[in-house]
Amino acid sequence: MRALLQPVLAVALGLALGLLVTAVAGESPWRVLTILGQSAFGSPYDLGMTLFYATPLIFTGLAVALPLHAGLFNIGAEGQLTLGALAAAAVGALFPSVPWPLAPVLAVLAAFAAGALWGYIPGWLRARRGSHEVINTIMLNFVAAGLASYVTLYLLKNPESQNPETQAIGAGYVLSRLTWFGDAPLSTALFLALLAAFLVWAFLWKTVAGFESRAVGGNEAAARTAGIRERRARILAMTLAGGLAGLVGVGEVLGNAGRFRLGFSPDFGFIGIAVALLARGRASGVVAAALLFGALHKGTSDLDLETENVTRDLSLILQALVILSVSADGLWTWLRKRRAS
Amino acid sequence: MTSETPALELRGLRKRFGQIQANEDIHLRVREGSIHAIIGENGAGKSTAMKMVYGLYRPDEGRILLRGVQREWDSPSDAIAAGIGMVHQHFMLAGPYDAIENIVAGAEPEAPAWRFLPRAFRPVDRAGARARLEALSRQYGLQVDFASPVEELAVGVQQRIEILKLLYREASILILDEPTAVLTPQETTELFANLRRLRAEGKTILIITHKLKEVMALADQVTVFRAGRIVGDVARERTNVEELASMMVGRRVNLQIQAPPAPPRGEPVLEVRGLCLTPASSGERPLRELGLEVHAGEIVGIAGVEGNGQSELLQVLLHPRDYRARSQGEIRCLGRTILNPGGGERPLSTARIKALGVGVIPEDRHRQGLLLERPVAENFLLGLQGRAPFSRHGFLSGRSAREAATRALEEYDIRPRSLDVAAAGLSGGNQQKLVIAREFEGKPRLLIAAQPTRGVDVGAIEFIHRRIFRARDEGAGVLLVSSELDEILVLSDRILVIYEGRIVARFARGEASEQELGMHMGGGARA
Amino acid sequence: MQMKNLILTVFLLALTQRYAEAGEFRVALVFDKGGKDDRSFNSAAFQGATRAKEEKKIFLKHVEATDDNAFEPLLRSLAQKDFGLIVAIGIAQADAVKKISAQFPKTRFAVVDAEVPGPNVKSLLFEEHEGSYLVGAIAGLTSKTGKIGFIGGMDIPLIRRFELGYEAGFKKVKPSGKVISNFIGVTGEAWNNPAKAKELALSQYGAGADVIFAAAGASNGGLFDAAEEQKKFAIGVDSNQNWIKPGFILTSMLKRIDVAVFDTIVEASEAKFTSGTRRFGLANQGVDYAIDQYNEKLLPEAVRKKVDQLKAEIIAGKIQVPDYYRKK
Repeated sequence: MRALLQPVLAVALGLALGLLVTAVAGESPWRVLTILGQSAFGSPYDLGMTLFYATPLIFTGLAVALPLHAGLFNIGAEGQLTLGALAAAAVGALFPSVPWPLAPVLAVLAAFAAGALWGYIPGWLRARRGSHEVINTIMLNFVAAGLASYVTLYLLKNPESQNPETQAIGAGYVLSRLTWFGDAPLSTALFLALLAAFLVWAFLWKTVAGFESRAVGGNEAAARTAGIRERRARILAMTLAGGLAGLVGVGEVLGNAGRFRLGFSPDFGFIGIAVALLARGRASGVVAAALLFGALHKGTSDLDLETENVTRDLSLILQALVILSVSADGLWTWLRKRRAS
Repeated sequence: MTSETPALELRGLRKRFGQIQANEDIHLRVREGSIHAIIGENGAGKSTAMKMVYGLYRPDEGRILLRGVQREWDSPSDAIAAGIGMVHQHFMLAGPYDAIENIVAGAEPEAPAWRFLPRAFRPVDRAGARARLEALSRQYGLQVDFASPVEELAVGVQQRIEILKLLYREASILILDEPTAVLTPQETTELFANLRRLRAEGKTILIITHKLKEVMALADQVTVFRAGRIVGDVARERTNVEELASMMVGRRVNLQIQAPPAPPRGEPVLEVRGLCLTPASSGERPLRELGLEVHAGEIVGIAGVEGNGQSELLQVLLHPRDYRARSQGEIRCLGRTILNPGGGERPLSTARIKALGVGVIPEDRHRQGLLLERPVAENFLLGLQGRAPFSRHGFLSGRSAREAATRALEEYDIRPRSLDVAAAGLSGGNQQKLVIAREFEGKPRLLIAAQPTRGVDVGAIEFIHRRIFRARDEGAGVLLVSSELDEILVLSDRILVIYEGRIVARFARGEASEQELGMHMGGGARA
Repeated sequence: MQMKNLILTVFLLALTQRYAEAGEFRVALVFDKGGKDDRSFNSAAFQGATRAKEEKKIFLKHVEATDDNAFEPLLRSLAQKDFGLIVAIGIAQADAVKKISAQFPKTRFAVVDAEVPGPNVKSLLFEEHEGSYLVGAIAGLTSKTGKIGFIGGMDIPLIRRFELGYEAGFKKVKPSGKVISNFIGVTGEAWNNPAKAKELALSQYGAGADVIFAAAGASNGGLFDAAEEQKKFAIGVDSNQNWIKPGFILTSMLKRIDVAVFDTIVEASEAKFTSGTRRFGLANQGVDYAIDQYNEKLLPEAVRKKVDQLKAEIIAGKIQVPDYYRKK
């Protein structure tokens, strides 16, 4: 119960601070709250948008949560998801005639593999060379952004558009939309995200490799003494994490845009950190926290429209305050745990 | 009791930390000019009581009287000002500085000529300090090299510096926390002589310890703590080791278990030849041409003062890959070469070594043995997770792990009997029993047991020793590393003495006396 | 009792709703990522809309999107809220406008810089290359080193169109001169990265350029800082930016988005909205160079005369300004 109370308080505190800011701007907190709720859950379409934003956050939340158990902090989900999306789009654009059930499977594998590679590199560097994964994942985010720009603009550019995006994927790749949510670009990728959350839970708690990852995160020296290959466990955790982040590309490319668009992610990879911290690393918690942040993102995006005084920047501040409050709280808990051991 | 005013009197002290009642109803009178031993198992509350005396904790209730006057302190500096000083188990010395600087730090004497300067800018009167310290050193017979950096001095000398520090601050009551834990037997003898001299000079000494033999050799009065309370307060002449042990544990204990006859010696399970290690940092000790053999069915004990290469030997045995570039010599374990830098083969990984049938009770169970935040069940599984029946095809079988762990809790009497409490919630003894239960579950053919009873209460020591004997009798070879000489003497079929990274003496069971071992441990037998 | 109150409230609400509909024409403006305060592209649109609001008594709502996926829901919400005209600024919204305009055939849409077909969509396009040609000529007539610079925001054909026209105008007056050209980035962030713009400008000035033209939205501020520091000239874009650093901004390439937006709003509010593509060039003063009290001393009579002459020749079709869109 207490484990649940603290994250809830953190969210409440962040929201309260955010509402204070909007109140200073001249908008009644109650009204802002109502708009947030309406805009996130008010109609099937709104709910669909909320779930649409939650889908990538489940993947990135898991991509941060899993390595957290192995004592690693993955700041690289943004780069990993960029490459995952790029790979899915590249496969879809280069082999457009692959027929339906095979095509999405192929794209999912490509997205996972590309993200996994981007997780493997910092995992390997940490395990074998001892260089810190936080630094390396941040660096690799930049490399991924550059790589994605190059491929998009010079190799796979969509000649019909001025926007920086790749050519369209073949028809066989497109995931079906969940029509219950009206026109929202919500696709079956949501189910893939829920499946991923289940698999992460099963990995952590039901497999030997998961146990070993957690042991390494719990006490590296004890894990080593017990004969656990701690380097392998670390590399595995980062590789899986990268792959999970890469799967963001499935929802975006196969379920939404039908192509890779540069800059499509409004920092899903970084919001994923807040999701994972709020979830205290638990897979089920990640789903719940992703839903919350998805709702917050959808809700705040409409504040500008629905109010006189809350501009886009103010609504971003509101969102940022919640993320900050959650991250500060979660990070503090995590660090305290790490220091205690 | 005599009618004279005691140097220190505690009346009804009580201290609580959250759920835990650390001290209750503590009444104690310490006679002026006496050596007073405070004994008890870990967690019995003796340190808490002394920390209240020393001003580190504030009592929730009760009074502290110093020579009949009630006193209260907010911090240790108040206690020091009142004449109470403490030598901690881990010395509080700054390594690169010499004895004088260490002693005067915080109470620097000022040269009178500079009084006009603000306090912080007045220079230290080093010559005056040195003169005073040399006088103190002569008066109490505490010989110290004042000029060398303290990190270059022997542990016994460092301890003397700590005592001098208290005397310099004019302490009349000295509290020593486990002062012999880090000393060789010879150094212990010297310390005791010094303490007796201090007593003769009128100082009052409180010594916290769990070594009953030392209590009997030194103390005038003994106070026994158990479960936060005082359960006994006796004059030394009127008691004996057995009675004190029973008071500490609360039941009769068998202190000297008889070693069962050793089974016939089997094949060698561990052979170390000419092992050399070049240290990578100043904290690491070298190993020099170290050689030893452990056979199936015997216990080989390595005696030595801590910091003579024991930790490094254990690390190389367990993680040879990490030491490949810095080591020479050869290690064979259970028929496999695990390290042979000259031979060009890659050393075995820790995982492979453990899979050969090696069980490890690590030196530092918190750092190397347990996932403190994780539940007991997971700690039991640590290292066993890859084996049947605990997992199949990479998937854990939670049920068989819990069943085996439940059995182990019973068999090893680990309390509380819960698989779901975090390991951090267990007492030291129960944590150690958990580690031992887990390592024995793997049926090791070579058991490496480092400090197996460190921080473990008297009752559990007996149990752990019996277990180690049983492992031997079932055919395992045991390599025992311990800084407790008694433990080495009881358990070992053969004793090797390690000094500065090499084996300097070898004895069979019963061949060596404590004195003789102590001499080798101190490097004294080397020409 | 309660029921009665409820009905009364609903009735009152309905009344005020109708009043609002009858009284004011409702216009919504959806900005590009740079935001309303970029003092350039989006600001120009906002100025036009504000003028329309002041003069024509319309109801104006303006919003900014939080990410690329948010354009569509925003346009949809606005369409659902009975706005009579929705103006979408920037090419990033082209797809969203295309989709939503088809779903809401009764709502009118206008989109700046992109061509979107549809019976209820008006596309507002500008002949950026023509205006750029003029400021290129001004740069050439002013430059003493014979080297000038160009800084593009995001590397897209639209901005290449600025670059090509600018270079042609410069070469017209200084055939042997040299143009140094850089782009800030390849994503939408490039419109809002003045630090990078400043860095590029300093390096171009360092390489000998003494006039730099930047078409980079809110990033332009970085160029102006660099010009002031180096005491060299800059050329603004879209809005009249001469006032930002008087004395250092030679002129601005005006892209009269304000006029286009104003006209479109006025037409729509007077029920004269027409769909289809409307192009704004030199001929209809949709693009131009800026001259005002802040820069009249910087542009001598001779320069102005020469540039006005070039302008007339372009309008008359005597000069064909190269167009990046038709290059291939």
